[in-house]
Amino acid sequence: MNIFKLAYRNIIFQPLNVLLSLVLFALGTGLIAFILLLNTQVQQKFENNLANINLIIGAKGSPLQLVLCNMYHIDVPTGNINLKEAAPFLNPKHPLIKKAYPISLGDSYEGYRVVGSTPDLLNAYETKIGSGRLWKHDMEVVLGATVARELHLHIGDRFHSSHGVTQGDDLEHDHALPFRVVGILESSNSVLDQLILTNTGSLWLVHDHNAADSLPFIETTVGGDEHHHDHYHNHDEVVDEPEIEAIYAQLPTATNTNAGLLEHLDEEITALLITFRANNFKTLSMSRAINENTNMLAASPAYELNRMYDMMGSSEQILRMIALVIVIVSAISIFLMLFNSLRERTPELALLRVMGATPSKLFGLLLSEGIIIAILGSILGLTLAHVAFGIAANWLQTEYQYSFDMLVFVKEEIYIFVAGFIIGILAALIPAFRALKLDVPSVLSK
Amino acid sequence: MNNSVIDTQKLRKVYQMGTMEVAALKDISIQIDKNEYVALMGPSGSGKSTLMNVLGCLDTPSEGSYFLNNQDVSEMTDSELAKVRNKEIGFVFQTFNLLPRLSSLENVALPLVYAGYSRSQRLEKARNCLEMVGLGDRVSHRPNELSGGQRQRVAVARALINDPAIILADEPTGNLDTKTSIEIMSLFEEIHKKGNTVILVTHEPDIAQHSHRIIRLRDGLVESDVRNENIVSAFDPSHRYLNS
Repeated sequence: MNIFKLAYRNIIFQPLNVLLSLVLFALGTGLIAFILLLNTQVQQKFENNLANINLIIGAKGSPLQLVLCNMYHIDVPTGNINLKEAAPFLNPKHPLIKKAYPISLGDSYEGYRVVGSTPDLLNAYETKIGSGRLWKHDMEVVLGATVARELHLHIGDRFHSSHGVTQGDDLEHDHALPFRVVGILESSNSVLDQLILTNTGSLWLVHDHNAADSLPFIETTVGGDEHHHDHYHNHDEVVDEPEIEAIYAQLPTATNTNAGLLEHLDEEITALLITFRANNFKTLSMSRAINENTNMLAASPAYELNRMYDMMGSSEQILRMIALVIVIVSAISIFLMLFNSLRERTPELALLRVMGATPSKLFGLLLSEGIIIAILGSILGLTLAHVAFGIAANWLQTEYQYSFDMLVFVKEEIYIFVAGFIIGILAALIPAFRALKLDVPSVLSK
Repeated sequence: MNNSVIDTQKLRKVYQMGTMEVAALKDISIQIDKNEYVALMGPSGSGKSTLMNVLGCLDTPSEGSYFLNNQDVSEMTDSELAKVRNKEIGFVFQTFNLLPRLSSLENVALPLVYAGYSRSQRLEKARNCLEMVGLGDRVSHRPNELSGGQRQRVAVARALINDPAIILADEPTGNLDTKTSIEIMSLFEEIHKKGNTVILVTHEPDIAQHSHRIIRLRDGLVESDVRNENIVSAFDPSHRYLNS
């Protein structure tokens, strides 16, 4: 039986006291680790999705909302902008703009947004079609990898979108023609994974009720809209696959370039994502000019994100402080526990001395007890943090369609572990010193 | 170099009580040979406990010299004394002082931890010692599962485990009833017969009568140091306690 084993025996001999210290310690370290995990992975997600976008142009409103809505697809749109007004920025010969990606929002399916754009958007996120093909006509969609996986959609499937961009907006379009899946993207670990991409014109079509109602009726392949049948008795049902292909082929051809969009100047889009040729004072004054002289808003994603981190930072700071207080309280609790047990065990420690334990052995014994509790507490805390993060990730997944991995460890967790170790030592230090200075004869004579 | 296990010369121990100096031991010179069975007696305040602490290497004298097994222990540091205690002295206390969380076997084996034996060696030696004190069937019992007499036997087994130069027993029967006391005294008798040096610290004359030499202290000095002419054996069937 070495000193560590004896320390372990002493610990399990008073389980309730130890449990309290342990739980407190685990809570403190767990909370810190949880914040750390969430922070790291959320920031990583945000940064992965920056995709060289330097500027977003959209309707006037909150710049942060503009960024969150059009790049991260977690907020509602600020409104739409006229293509006529946005036209200069779509010009491929613009001296400052290298790339401009139109974004049109307004529809969703099962909580996943239908986004109208050009095929260029795939290049911005460095992904490509995994199976099937790109859209050629309106109403043809390409699914992000997550969407296809989670909703079990396949190429050839057809579905009705609902109006609105969040899951709660359950206003299904009553136009006849459903969206038709023609391709599925490779996973890019970016926001594209959870989007349903289509031609910009598709969104114009579904929101132009006159045009939509004149389309032939085709049944969807996915359940949930049986009740629609009653409204469409007059439609001839089309079920034959080549016939369906032919109907979609009659729809307007997709406008796959920005130049193509310029032929529809009376239409609207939600925003433009812009990559500059070079970031300099000219680009800066351009965004200032947009904000001052037009009905549009220009916002820098990087700047807005940093602003958001700052805002989250203060609440995170408070959480960190709380966690720190819990850790300190747990350290005090470990200290008190060791101190009390030291008082109870003074005769026992004296006995160990009598039997040949050197003062430093006793010092080590009490230190070991503190360290064991701290290490157990840290392990428990980190485990708790990962489990809690897994639960939070689940919630984030259903709420925002962003997925996180609870099993990813970050290197800062080692620091938490080391800090726990040091706190254990500090809490045990005073009791250990007392044991070191134990006056054996006077204890034994009592 | 001589035959004495314990050899003290002009031991003096002074305690500081505020501004006053109190001499608990004034001038103690005693020699105890190997395989002696000695009782250390004296009223409270006589310096009996202080002398026991010094002899047990729990405390160092203020003046004078103390040779234990031919080593000068009067000038040793705490850590050195700890080693000497572990190797040379087996302690038996009035309150048994067993660790409540450990089994008898582990309690007995505990001093060996500091002596650097392997685990299997420790447990084997501990088992032998427990068998010697008649507790071979109680190895895995914890102290609270044992009677007072059995606990003191475990403590004696623990004192014996390192083959110490002296067994120092401080009021070993103080917490025991008469019958159990005699059992424990017979155990000491056996240990003495096997060649061990036993020092019994007691204030009970009846207990002291089991020893072969009685040293009486008073006011920090040796009052008398005589051979016991009427040794009482705990095995004696006519023992007055057994018949009372």
